[in-house]
Amino acid sequence: MHTPAILSVLGEDRVGIVAAISRILADAGANIEDIRQTIINGIFSMTMLVTVDEERTPFDELQRRLAEAGEQTGVQVTLQREDVFRYMHRI
Amino acid sequence: MLNISPEEIVETLHMVTQQNLDVRTVTLGLSLDACAHPDIDTMARAVYDTVTSRAERLVAVCEAISAEYGVPIVNRRIAVTPIAHLAAVTPAADLTPLALALDRAAHEVGVDFIGGYSALVHKGTGDGDARLIDSIPEALAATERVCASVNVASTRAGINMDAVLRMAEVIHDAARLTADRDSFGAGKLVVFCNMVEDNPFMAGAMHGPGEPDAVINVGISGPGVVRAVVSSLPDDADLTTVAEAIKGTAFKITRVGELIAREAARRLGVQMGIVDLSLAPTPAEGDSVADIIEAIGVERCGGPGTTVALALLNDAVKKGGAMGTSSIGGLSGAFIPVSEDMGMVRAVNDGALTLEKLEAMTSVCSVGLDMIVIPGDTPVETLAAVMADACAIGVINHKTTATRLIPAFGKGVGDVVEYGGLWGSAPVMSVNGWAGVRLMRRGGRFPAPLGSLRN
Repeated sequence: MHTPAILSVLGEDRVGIVAAISRILADAGANIEDIRQTIINGIFSMTMLVTVDEERTPFDELQRRLAEAGEQTGVQVTLQREDVFRYMHRI
Repeated sequence: MLNISPEEIVETLHMVTQQNLDVRTVTLGLSLDACAHPDIDTMARAVYDTVTSRAERLVAVCEAISAEYGVPIVNRRIAVTPIAHLAAVTPAADLTPLALALDRAAHEVGVDFIGGYSALVHKGTGDGDARLIDSIPEALAATERVCASVNVASTRAGINMDAVLRMAEVIHDAARLTADRDSFGAGKLVVFCNMVEDNPFMAGAMHGPGEPDAVINVGISGPGVVRAVVSSLPDDADLTTVAEAIKGTAFKITRVGELIAREAARRLGVQMGIVDLSLAPTPAEGDSVADIIEAIGVERCGGPGTTVALALLNDAVKKGGAMGTSSIGGLSGAFIPVSEDMGMVRAVNDGALTLEKLEAMTSVCSVGLDMIVIPGDTPVETLAAVMADACAIGVINHKTTATRLIPAFGKGVGDVVEYGGLWGSAPVMSVNGWAGVRLMRRGGRFPAPLGSLRN
């Protein structure tokens, strides 16, 4: 099952964030469909649209790996199913 | 292609992490009709087996959904067929085996509460109803997670004044039997007018006779989010602008509830029921309906202007919510419990909020006199008269009203009770001493109002 999900990274900017996150996604077989980076209210913010291959890596396992990487790099990494944003912000 | 902007993503994350956005409850409604049996022990076993088998996956499914969507689901609950229906088929005088079976089942499947230890007696009290009502104090004292509710009035039938007086006695007994827990038994007992069949919120949830065998109902939350939006408006923003801002936020909150309800129902293989649009506060700082009223511009909740601010809030939430889901149901009106809302507690302590003002607020929201602690020596007739007043507002205005009053045994005005968790803590509030004692002793039925003749 290929599940669309939004990956968001919030925190202080530093070298290696994108590399660390991308490596985990690649290892898990999750494809990056789109990627944006911006500064909102002084906070580094990166959002990615990814497709998670749940047969290869379960959603909760990928969440765990990403959260671990977030702790190591000092940023908050969140992976959520994409429809929660679509439901909330689009009619 | 990412069609959601980074700002929108950050807004959603901020709502959850900073403003206490959550889904307050996912409640599985279950019919226990098939459990009916004249032998109480056989029936209790069937109740336990039905609840534990049908709700086996409820908690796990909610936890998975919560993690995948990044939205906390605070409570997982079960609502069952009013137990008075089952009581009617058994001659057993002691119904506590049914309450104990429900409590054991709730522990087994890991839900926070199980509601439906209930009877509907708005027009008259049947034999099963009477035994159920008699058993409530003991059932609430002997169980941890069972919640009880009794409907004593409806717009179609009027008010069963004998039942109101009886319920005042039951509340006192429930409080006395749980005196060692600050009379918390009474906090698990709601007296309703125009009770709804699909309410996902406790303590008044039950699974009505018009419902399918199993159904998922969801109660939204979000006072903290609404307060933040109102607070961000300039002080001179007019009330249309305030209403518009609340409406937009209510839409977003409701959409989350709709998504969670659909997904939970799908994964559990049961029908999706309703999304309840009630704004439900918690004792967390800022997650308060009183704070919204103050953000709108009332100096302290309970002061003049409170009723109009609450009416505006409640109406705007419904308008935004109605765009967010086609499955509105339950109570769908702002909750104004005292102990569960730090802003309400502060308003009581400041002398701004009284029982009488809360009664006025009841007329413009769903559940008015909620989690209010009153002196333990409040006379039965006085307690009954307070409830009858709330019923009258509901009966005449075609709306649900409910009372959850706790006469804290051994406590008086100025004392504070602590329940902990979502139940919070509250000061004991004074009750007007000039009650209609003779009125309440008259008994009988308050006739159905003229407004009930709509056919």
